[in-house]
Amino acid sequence: MMADKTFILRIKRQAAPQERVVWEEFEIRYRPHLNIITCLRDIAEKPITRAGDGTTPISYDANCLEEICGACAMLINGYPRQACSALVDNLEKPIRLEPLTKFPLIRDLQVDRSIMFENLKRMKCWVPIDGTYAIGPGPRMSPEQQQIGYPMARCITCGNCLEICPKVNDHTQFVGAAIINQVRLFNMHPTGNMHARERLEAMMGPGGIQDCDNAMNCVKVCPKSIPLTESNNEINRQVLKHAVWDWLNFSEGPTERDEEWKRLGIQK
Amino acid sequence: MKEPKIIVVGGGLAGLMATIRVAESGVPVQLFSIVPVKRSHSVCAQGGINAAKNLKGEGDSTWIHFDDTIYGGDFIANQPIVKSMCEAAPAIIDLLDRMGVMFNRTPEGLLDFRRFGGTLYHRTAFAGATTGQQLLYALDEQVRRFESEDKVQKFEGWTFLSAVLDENRICRGICAMDLKTMEVRTFPADAVIFCTGGIGAIFRQTTNSVVCTGTAQSALFQQGAYYANGEFIQVHPTAIPGEDKCRLMSESLRGEGGRVWVPRNAGDTRPARSIPEKERFYFLEEWYPKYGNLVPRDVATRAIYKVVFEEKLSLAGMNAVYLDLTHLPREMLDRKLEGVLEIYQKFVGPDPREEPMKVFPAMHYTMGGLWIDNERQATNIPGIFTAGECEYQYHGANRLGANSLVSCIYGGMVAGPAAVKYARNLEKGCDATPESVFYAEASRQREANDSLLNQQGFENPITIWKELGAWMTEHVTVVRVNANLQKTLAKLDELDDRFSRVNLADRTQWSNQTLQFTRELGNMLILARVITLGALARNETRGAHFKPEFPERDDKNWLKTTKASYNGGKIKLEYEPVDISLLPPRSRKY
Repeated sequence: MMADKTFILRIKRQAAPQERVVWEEFEIRYRPHLNIITCLRDIAEKPITRAGDGTTPISYDANCLEEICGACAMLINGYPRQACSALVDNLEKPIRLEPLTKFPLIRDLQVDRSIMFENLKRMKCWVPIDGTYAIGPGPRMSPEQQQIGYPMARCITCGNCLEICPKVNDHTQFVGAAIINQVRLFNMHPTGNMHARERLEAMMGPGGIQDCDNAMNCVKVCPKSIPLTESNNEINRQVLKHAVWDWLNFSEGPTERDEEWKRLGIQK
Repeated sequence: MKEPKIIVVGGGLAGLMATIRVAESGVPVQLFSIVPVKRSHSVCAQGGINAAKNLKGEGDSTWIHFDDTIYGGDFIANQPIVKSMCEAAPAIIDLLDRMGVMFNRTPEGLLDFRRFGGTLYHRTAFAGATTGQQLLYALDEQVRRFESEDKVQKFEGWTFLSAVLDENRICRGICAMDLKTMEVRTFPADAVIFCTGGIGAIFRQTTNSVVCTGTAQSALFQQGAYYANGEFIQVHPTAIPGEDKCRLMSESLRGEGGRVWVPRNAGDTRPARSIPEKERFYFLEEWYPKYGNLVPRDVATRAIYKVVFEEKLSLAGMNAVYLDLTHLPREMLDRKLEGVLEIYQKFVGPDPREEPMKVFPAMHYTMGGLWIDNERQATNIPGIFTAGECEYQYHGANRLGANSLVSCIYGGMVAGPAAVKYARNLEKGCDATPESVFYAEASRQREANDSLLNQQGFENPITIWKELGAWMTEHVTVVRVNANLQKTLAKLDELDDRFSRVNLADRTQWSNQTLQFTRELGNMLILARVITLGALARNETRGAHFKPEFPERDDKNWLKTTKASYNGGKIKLEYEPVDISLLPPRSRKY
């Protein structure tokens, strides 16, 4: 009988953030259509390294396994992507797995991406509705507008675009392309637009759009092919317009519009 | 009493909707979820959400939606609550639209609707083919807004272990575990809403996500909650078979014109597109001329089984049938279905616009779940409410496509205010519960962890899980034979025994996913038994529950809801009548 075809998986492991890094190698039995998640489950069933040493199962995040929840992003052969849609057939061997590096490590391939959700909060990425009561339909929208908005709304918050971005590092607070894209999405929605001013001001602050240096790696690693470059350009344009508008109107003392806003109780 | 404390467990569509409704009423919410809520399984829903808006001049109405749902569910759903859901659906769509969901539009800028299984009307609103994702994100954004106002506090990365019940068996909070630090802690609450989703992991190779283990439902069942209609399991007709999971190929593919067929000649090895039309067997269209490819899921799944296993007309080399879109305009496919086609391309390879897809049925949904009353989404344990797939109302013996999203949101909308009302009317809240009650529960759960961590043996939890899934899929899904169900129960005895000798390969106290999974597996084994016992007892065929030995629906003996209860390690089945006050049962023939 012919021996099963196998291949090698090299995994960067760390039992906890303060523990030392070790690399472990595993020999995995090849099957067609195998993905990285199945390899990790193989290891959980038989946690023995290639050298024959017993070890612990690999810690990693995963949920939907069809590339729509965003959970299983990791570095696969050095490239940020989802482990579920990374098929062994298409990967150079030995396959190298590492955790994303731009987020705090939890254990092995697991990282903490809560900063992305925090930034969505900071940027007010929601439509401010009055309540959930039955008060009629939403604003009308042309099919063309929907076809622009929908691709932006498909962001799965995986963090690949932050991982690949040279400006996301220890020295900046750059929020990254995913968040900028969401700002564009909500600014374009007829009701979401009512918070546009606050979002743009946040975008002008620390970690905002000015930190982007147009490396445009983000768009190459987005698993959902979101037009991140367009989103960056559009927010850049909106921020500039907003800044110029501010400078023209409010740079020297109160203007008419300022007075009007004051009467209406709107905080500038 | 002071302001009540409400906990929501689970952050999918139902949980987020419940959270929004509670927060909106001014009551603060603590929201628990294993994964960041934006990664919940609701993201996997593809095709759409039903509401009889009648925007296509077809004369659709909420009554017809109700009739389709009851008929599709083979008359075992309690009717008034289903009617209320169908009546609420159009306003739910409006609400989601106001929240900014990028629904597909008509040229006039109104919402577009498409057809789905088990109905003759265009009743399904959709956002491309990732509707669940888009709906979940809209609710997630609203919850984030409440979070920024300190009305919602999230506990993401926590798993529910058990309810804290006082000496009168009233729920006073929950016991949960931080999946990073493995800290076990209790949280007091006056009411808890469980929205913990599906149970697919019991069958392993399913369309469900990793977190859909039913662990919370099982834990509550073991603490005294009734589990209803567990035997009704939906097997979706069209999925990509896979070792780690079966990937759903949405019903919307057929709703937009996709056709299911096999070559008429067994073992035909020609490429699909070179097989002439007259040599193709469009079996759904031939067998069901009225509904064609859009018969309900149980009917389509059984038809595929018949073609593949009885007529031996499977595709060469694999158990599968073709799902063909190649005759449809590319532009339409891209605009309305891209999300699903992308999954096929990424995981299988060929472009479904050019080549028919190869699909096969896969376990998809549980119609059964925690028993709740007919008005308030309340379980039989005072203080525990539930919504979404984890409860049993709304879908009877077979769920219609695109009804799950509406039932999740409707259930959440009802459960939220019901929990608040219950909590406000309590004479004594959780604040008055003695500290010892919480302490005892936390100790019990810590001991359960310690006992697993210290257990000696040679069994591996993944191996046990694989066997569980294989047995449940083979004997407790599409075709149920009593002798095989008996054998499955014996197998479950064996797995229980081996489970007591599981050896955890990881005994650490930091992000120990093996410990988490093993606890879930213990709970899965118990729910598996509930499902199998229910199926064994129900000697009839109804909806998704098909028994060749009893091929007819038997209203005289079986028009009743199964209620399972747990006492001292024993599972007991009892039955209660179904409310059929609005539509008299009629035979179900598509």
